[in-house]
Amino acid sequence: MEKEIRKRVLKDRVFKKIITLFTYLSIIPLFLIIYFVMARGLKYINLRFLTQLPKPMGEAGGGIFNAIVGSFIIVGIASLIAIPIGVISGIFLSEFKESKISEFIKILVDTLQGIPSIVIGIIAYLWIVKPLKHFSALSGSIALSIMMLPIVIKSTEEILNMVPNEIKEGAIALGAPYYRVVLKVLLPYGFVGILTGILLGISRILGETAPLLFTAFGNQFLNLNIFKPMSTIPYLIFVYATSPYKDWHNQAFAASVVLIIIVLSINLIGRFFEKRWKT
Amino acid sequence: MENIILSIRNLNAYFGDSQVLKNIDLDIFKNKITSILGPSGCGKTTFIRCLNRLHELVPKARVEGEILLNGEDIYKMDTMIVRQKIGMVFQKPNPFPTMSIYDNVLAGYILTGIKLTKEEKDRIVEDSLKKSGLWNEVKDNLFKKGVFLSGGQQQRLCIARALAMNPEVLLLDEPTSALDPISTLKIEELMIELKKSVTIILVTHNIGQAGRVSDYTAFFYLGELVEFGTTTDIFTTPKHKKTEEYLIGKIG
Amino acid sequence: MRKDRVFKIVLLSGGIVIIILLSAIFLSLVFSSIPSLKEFGIKFLFSKSWDPVNNQFGAVPFIIGTLLTSIISLLITIPFSLSISIYLSEYLKNKTISKILQTLIELIAGIPSVVIGLWGLFILSPFIRNVQLKLGIPPIGVGIFTASLILSIMIIPYSASIGKEVLSLVPDEVREGAISLGATDFEVVKGILLPFSFKGIFGGFILSFGRAFGETMAVTMVIGNANRVPTSIFSPGQTMASLIANEFTEATSTLHLSSLIEIGLILFIISMLINILGRVIIRRVSF
Repeated sequence: MEKEIRKRVLKDRVFKKIITLFTYLSIIPLFLIIYFVMARGLKYINLRFLTQLPKPMGEAGGGIFNAIVGSFIIVGIASLIAIPIGVISGIFLSEFKESKISEFIKILVDTLQGIPSIVIGIIAYLWIVKPLKHFSALSGSIALSIMMLPIVIKSTEEILNMVPNEIKEGAIALGAPYYRVVLKVLLPYGFVGILTGILLGISRILGETAPLLFTAFGNQFLNLNIFKPMSTIPYLIFVYATSPYKDWHNQAFAASVVLIIIVLSINLIGRFFEKRWKT
Repeated sequence: MENIILSIRNLNAYFGDSQVLKNIDLDIFKNKITSILGPSGCGKTTFIRCLNRLHELVPKARVEGEILLNGEDIYKMDTMIVRQKIGMVFQKPNPFPTMSIYDNVLAGYILTGIKLTKEEKDRIVEDSLKKSGLWNEVKDNLFKKGVFLSGGQQQRLCIARALAMNPEVLLLDEPTSALDPISTLKIEELMIELKKSVTIILVTHNIGQAGRVSDYTAFFYLGELVEFGTTTDIFTTPKHKKTEEYLIGKIG
Repeated sequence: MRKDRVFKIVLLSGGIVIIILLSAIFLSLVFSSIPSLKEFGIKFLFSKSWDPVNNQFGAVPFIIGTLLTSIISLLITIPFSLSISIYLSEYLKNKTISKILQTLIELIAGIPSVVIGLWGLFILSPFIRNVQLKLGIPPIGVGIFTASLILSIMIIPYSASIGKEVLSLVPDEVREGAISLGATDFEVVKGILLPFSFKGIFGGFILSFGRAFGETMAVTMVIGNANRVPTSIFSPGQTMASLIANEFTEATSTLHLSSLIEIGLILFIISMLINILGRVIIRRVSF
């Protein structure tokens, strides 16, 4: 009996150690990635880097100002498209959750979220780039908005589902018309959740490259015209990283540091809010 | 003089800084039913969870004192041996959802990797289910999942599961509080039958139940053992004011 | 009330937009694949040659490349993600460390794919190249294995969080019941928790597989971009997504472009099927 127990205790201890080991091993890549990217990229970040335009191919120096502005504009427009549609769809899914069509659409939203980003790029190409006959920031925004949509929809739906029935019924009992109940009671209640969805969505599309490869394309000049190609930070990183120029490699690292900082900050803020309302 | 099977000496239990049990001294007699009574928060659940060393699994939980099973300190024994000798049935019936009734009864063996022959398994299952009064109701459906039984049946399944390990002591933590009156009665009858083969410690907030089934009663209040004696004595001539107040419903 | 009716129609249209969007995506892909579908038909799925010069296109190297990288990355992921799920759900009691650990794990998921690709290209690949040198294998650095490694780094957080959620569905009573029978923690996990959660965890792996399947940027940067069927785990290769990323803007003919779009269609359909499969399995989990 004693020997049996010894064996079982040993198995238990060994198992615990293996599990713990594998768990902590899996966070090592995070540190490796952030460390090495920062190590190589930080030293190239300075005011010049952030405010200047790129130099012609092969020439050293220059900055990523156009990419920063471009990311801003493209993500901004994508949000303007995705937020209203996403919130409205989210409200629909939450308010009509018993209906068959709602069930069906929920599956579609999940499917939409699972579409590989490169395929979304193809779609935006077919819908905007081909008709307009050239690359444009607008097509990039459309692609990114399609990717942001499911995130906003799900967050909105989730938080509206959490609104206690009493609150809704209280408003209705006061004689409020349905649209007011939604706009003046449900939405404000769910604001934090919707905001979370927006923040997480933005942080996600800020880092997306694939959908932009043949939509917004890139632009070595500063361009504010959404019907023309526009540079973005992730696209720049990709082009520079896969180029043969060492200076561009360094800039890719530097741009990555900038991108990581922005994306992770927004992500952390979004998750902070998310924990608040998910509990 | 009855046999003492469990001896609790100077038991103190803590959750972090908060003390939940104070200086408990108590003897449990073999093959008798001892009920633990008291208002909510008096420490009775913590008390029995110390007896099968479940209490110490909670973060920041601490125990001081001695608990002797047949003279041996359970805190010096392997937890697994302690738990095989002191079994527990919980307030909410908890048959394992992925196991059949048959496997649920044998769960103690299956989980701990003890190998049994088919004959041994069949025998244990039949014996345990008969002891817990469930055999006739499930004998034709042994391989159905345990979760399909009614609440009362599930609880008797859990009792069978605990009995299958041949424990010396069976801890019952409010075993009938989630059940209907008929199931409750069945389990009370069961307890009286079972004490012939196993010592029973019953935590209950149902004073009537304690009066109906138990031989001895311990009254806990605010973490202290206020009074202990035969059920008859406690119920008819309680020595402490608090005990009396509880029994007439003034507190708890 | 009139305003209410209009409002409800607006809400409904929000839902309809999704239906239209998804249908439009599918139809566009099919429509633009027609030239390629007409030219190659079903042979497209079985042909190994991808030859823009001679206008011969076949999907096999890329289907294989995608399958290989996704499967290998899943195999690498499983032990890590299972360990994390079990550790966070059963072993780690300290709430602060748990929160920190969870945040760290999810942080990896927040790093943009192109940055992970950059790291893969400039730091991981040279490292793999060194390892290959020592092992006597052609020291290319990039290839199927490197891509699978990168993919697993990316899907571990997703897989682990699904696993942890599934494990947390097990009621505490069940755990306590097992412990009170004298089982060790390992025995509780092995005998009760894993069987109970098996479906959900398996579904999670399927969904993670789907994620790996469609991942583009990080893979493109470390897979070696070789349009042929890989001969070994260390060969360079190409996935469907990385092929499109590489060649779309330089497609030499309408047929080339159409074939690329057909690859996109295949990618779309398979991802969708994997996704639906995974979700169906998970939906069966709730007791």
